[in-house]
Amino acid sequence: MSWLLALPILFPFCTAALSLLTRNSRWSARISVAGSVISLILACLLVGTVMREGVIATQMSTWAAPFGITLVADYLGAAMVLITAIIGLATAIWALAEIDDDTARMGWHGVYQTLLGGVTGAFLTGDIFNLYVWFEVLLISSFGLLIMGGRKEAIDGAVKYVTLNLISTVLFLCAAGLLYGATGTLNMADLRQAVADHPDQGLMTAIAMMFMIGFGLKAGVFPLFFWLPASYHTPHYAVSAVFAGLLTKVGVYALIRVFTLIFVGDQGFTHQILLWVALATMLTGVLGAAAQSDFRKILSFHIISQIGYMILGLALMTPLAVMGAIFYLIHHIIVKSNLFLIAGVSRRLTGSSDLYAIGGLYRAAPLLSVLFMIPAFSLAGFPPLSGFWAKYVLVQASLELEAALVAGIALLVGLLTIYSMTKIWAEAFWKGHPQGIEPALATISPRIRWLMLSPVIALAVMTVIIGLYPAPFLDYATTAAQQLLEPTDYVQTVLREAVK
Amino acid sequence: METVLALLSGFLVAAAVWLMLSGNLLRFLFGLLLLSNAVNIAIFSAGRLTPGTPPFLGDKGALPDAVMANSLPQALLLTAIVIGFGLFAFSLALTIRAYRSFHHLDVDQMRLAEPKEDA
Amino acid sequence: MKSLILLTGARFLVPLFLVFSLYVLLRGHNAPGGGFIGGLIAACGFTLYAFAAGVEAARKALRIDPRTIGILGLICALIGAFASAFTGQEPFAGVWGEVWGYAVSSVLVFDIGVYLAVFGGMLTLIFALEETA
Repeated sequence: MSWLLALPILFPFCTAALSLLTRNSRWSARISVAGSVISLILACLLVGTVMREGVIATQMSTWAAPFGITLVADYLGAAMVLITAIIGLATAIWALAEIDDDTARMGWHGVYQTLLGGVTGAFLTGDIFNLYVWFEVLLISSFGLLIMGGRKEAIDGAVKYVTLNLISTVLFLCAAGLLYGATGTLNMADLRQAVADHPDQGLMTAIAMMFMIGFGLKAGVFPLFFWLPASYHTPHYAVSAVFAGLLTKVGVYALIRVFTLIFVGDQGFTHQILLWVALATMLTGVLGAAAQSDFRKILSFHIISQIGYMILGLALMTPLAVMGAIFYLIHHIIVKSNLFLIAGVSRRLTGSSDLYAIGGLYRAAPLLSVLFMIPAFSLAGFPPLSGFWAKYVLVQASLELEAALVAGIALLVGLLTIYSMTKIWAEAFWKGHPQGIEPALATISPRIRWLMLSPVIALAVMTVIIGLYPAPFLDYATTAAQQLLEPTDYVQTVLREAVK
Repeated sequence: METVLALLSGFLVAAAVWLMLSGNLLRFLFGLLLLSNAVNIAIFSAGRLTPGTPPFLGDKGALPDAVMANSLPQALLLTAIVIGFGLFAFSLALTIRAYRSFHHLDVDQMRLAEPKEDA
Repeated sequence: MKSLILLTGARFLVPLFLVFSLYVLLRGHNAPGGGFIGGLIAACGFTLYAFAAGVEAARKALRIDPRTIGILGLICALIGAFASAFTGQEPFAGVWGEVWGYAVSSVLVFDIGVYLAVFGGMLTLIFALEETA
C-alpha cells in the first residue's frame, strides 16, 4: 500500500536519472517514453485501489502523522495522478517529433520527467510544507524546460514566468510558516481541526488569503495571470502543452484542496472573493483571447478563462458545483494539452503560429482539421463533447443557487469561446494561405507524422468518449466531490495511520 | 525578541519591495532574496523563540537535560533556505542569459514576447 | 585572474576542503552536518581551484564531468529511498546493517547521494557560468 503511493512519485525521478545518464539523445527520449508508460500503469493501479478501498494514506519512513510526511490519495488526488500520467505519456511521445538532438543532449527528457514527478508529488502529498517542496521541484524543472531551446523570446518569457512564480512561492512559504506558528501542525488532515479550533479566526482568514494569492498566482486567476500569456507561447510546443495542461491545474488543485479541507470556517468571506475572482477570470481571459491573433496566445488566454470555471465551482461550494469543478479540471487538462499539440502540428506544417500569416490547413490536412474541431468544440462546450457536460453541470449548480448572473456569465463566456475557436478555424484551416503556399504534409516523414498525430488522436478519442459516455466520469467526480466536502474519511484515514 | 525579529522582517520586506519595484532585473532578484529572508525570519519567530538548548540528541539518542528548542521550524527553515538558494542560483544564471541576449536588464524594455506596440 | 598566491594557496586548500566535506558528511547523521552542506563545501573547494587555475584545469582535476557526478548522486539517493522496499518497510525507512563492525544504513546512502548531487549540480552551474563569462 505505501509503495503504491510512493512509486508514482519516485518512478519519474528514476526515469529522469536514467534518461540523463545516457548522453545519447535517442536513448534518453526512448527511456522517457518507456518510463511514462510504466508511470501510467502505476497511476492506473492507484486509481483502481482508491476506487476499491476509498481514501488511502501512508507515512514516509514510518514517522507517524501528524509529525511525519503523509502521502494520501483520495478520488481527486488519484484522478489527478492518472491524468498527469496520461498527458505525460502523450507529450513524451509528441516530444520525440519536436525535441531536436541538441536539446535532448542538454537533458530535456530528464528534466521533463522531473517535472512530472514534481506534479505527481504535489497531487499526492498530505502535508502542506511538503506541498511547498513539490511546488519547488516542479517550478525549477519548469524553469529549465522553459529556457531550453534558448530562443530570445523564450528568455524574455522565462524572466516574467520565473520572477512572478518566485513571488508566489515566497507567499506560499510565508503562509505555511505562519499557519504552523498559529496551529503547531503542518499535516493537512490535522490542520482541518486545528484551524477550526483556533481562537483567532480572523488570523486564520488572513492566512487563508495569503494561500489564495500564492496559489492563485500559480493558477493564473484574475488579477494575477499576467505572467501566463507572456510566457506560455515562447517555449517548445511540447513544453507549452504540458504547462497548459498540468501546471496551472496544480494551482487549481491546491486551491480546491486548501479551501475545501482547511479553510472552510469563513466561507462568506473567502468563497465570496473566490466567486468574484472566478467571474473576472472567465471574462478577462476570454476577452483577452478575442484580441489575439497568435495560435498559442489565443489558447493561453483561454487557459485563464477556463480556470475561472473551475474556481467558480469551488466558490459555489455545493456538492454539484464542486463535482462540476473536478469534472471540468479533468476534461480541461485533456482538451487544452491537445489543442497545444495541434498548434504544434500546424506550426510544423505552416512554419508560423501567426494566424494572419498561415492558412489552407483544411485542404492540406483534413484529418488534422477534424482533430482540431473535437477539442475546440469541446472547449467551447458543444454537445456531445466533454466540455458540454462540464459547463452544463456548473451552470446547473449556479441556477440551483439562483445565481442567475453567474450562470449568465458562464454561458456568455462559453459563447465568446466559440468566437475565438472559429477565428482559429477560419484563419488557420479554412481560408487559403495568404501567399498561396500550400502547407505540404508530404514534407514531413511518416514516422514524425505519426509521432505527432497519435497522441493528438488518443486525446481526442478520450474527449469524445467522455462526451458520449459521461456517466462513469460524472459518478467518479460526484464521489470525489463528496470526499472533498465531507472529508471525515480523509482525515480519519490519515490520522489513523498515525496509530498504526 | 519576537518584536525585534518582527520589525526586522518588516524592514526587510519594505526594502525588498522597494528593490523589486525598481525595474532592473538584478535589483529585482536582490529584492527577492531579501523577501525570502524576511519570510525565513518570520517562520523562525513563528515557531516560538525559546532559550532552550539546540535540538540535538546526545550519545545513544539521549535527550538534552535542559529544555530543547523546537526543531521543526528550524528544519523547515533549512529546507526553505536550501530551496531558495537553488532558485536564486537559477535566476542569477537566467539573468546572465537575459543580459547576454538583450544587452540590458531593464524589464520595461523586455518586450520580445509581447505583442508589437502600435507606433 | 592569475595569481600565484591564490594558486599556491588553492593547492593546499582544495584537499582540506574535500577532507572537511567528507567529515561533515559523515558526522551529519546525529550532529550538525550532512550531505547538502558537505556537497557545498566540496564544491567550494573546486570552485576555488577553478578561480585560481581556470575552469579547464578544474575540470581536468575533477576527471569526471560534474553533471555525471550529479546524476550518479540522484541515482544513489534513489537507491537509498528504495532500499526499504527489500525489507518490506515504508518508503524512505532506514535499513540498517553492519559492515566490518560499523553500523551502515540506507540513510547514509541517501546522504551520500545528496552530497554527490549537490556537488555535481553546483559545479555544473558554476563551471557553465564561468566558461560563458
